[in-house]
Amino acid sequence: MNITTNKSEAYFQIELDGDLDASSCLLLDNAIANAIQEGEKSLIIDCKKLQYISSAGLGVFMSYIQDFEESKTKMILFGLADKVYNVFRILGLDELLKIVDSQEEAIQVAKI
Amino acid sequence: MLYILQIFTNTYFYHSFKKTVMHRNLKISSKKESLKAIRTFVSEALEELSISDVESNMLILAVDEICANRIIHSHSLDNNSFLEIVIRIEANQEIVFEIIDSGIPYDPTTHQEANLIQLIQSKRKGGIGLTLVKKIMDTIEVSTINNLSIFRMQKKLPLAS
Repeated sequence: MNITTNKSEAYFQIELDGDLDASSCLLLDNAIANAIQEGEKSLIIDCKKLQYISSAGLGVFMSYIQDFEESKTKMILFGLADKVYNVFRILGLDELLKIVDSQEEAIQVAKI
Repeated sequence: MLYILQIFTNTYFYHSFKKTVMHRNLKISSKKESLKAIRTFVSEALEELSISDVESNMLILAVDEICANRIIHSHSLDNNSFLEIVIRIEANQEIVFEIIDSGIPYDPTTHQEANLIQLIQSKRKGGIGLTLVKKIMDTIEVSTINNLSIFRMQKKLPLAS
């Protein structure tokens, strides 16, 4: 798993490349925690190169939902492959997280 | 006598060759870094089935979740412990996975389905792996043979899409 971050004026982007499993989920956790520490309020997660996600990866996203609601922080995921999106759907997480198709849509939502 | 023996042998061969159409196994070091290789092993075995990427990924996920659980929670006292993963496809279109290790067996009857809202409120990062597996597979069972824990799960093919 490679994670790259990209800060722009309107949003903070985290790009996931590879497999998000029990051995790599801490990387994502750290990336999100760092962004929060920097005071970021709009995170967009680029999942175009995310090949795989297990419950360990889902757990990282889940663990921030409550905090983000309280701090009015936005987190938008985009570009999920069908097989990756399906894993979110099995548990109904697709309804609890903001997931859109494209980066343009994600940026739009981040700006609202 | 010879005749009877021959019938028996034929029946035996019939069962041993006809019943299982594919059998593969992998023995690998019980550590998180092995998970990628475990997924590749399952993925390659599933290539022989005509199932979609989404379906194949669900089966890979089920094996990955159990292996990750065993690696993290089985409390094996052996530092050089191994996981063995067995994949069998039966002639009746069932796929069976077995995850075998020397750790303390997990009792799946103690498991309660994860409540997503409660988990989110508690900000916990774990607790959904086995719920995912139960939603994907038809049956799961745990047994112990010769001090080995065997986690067996089965799914009838073709998968519901």
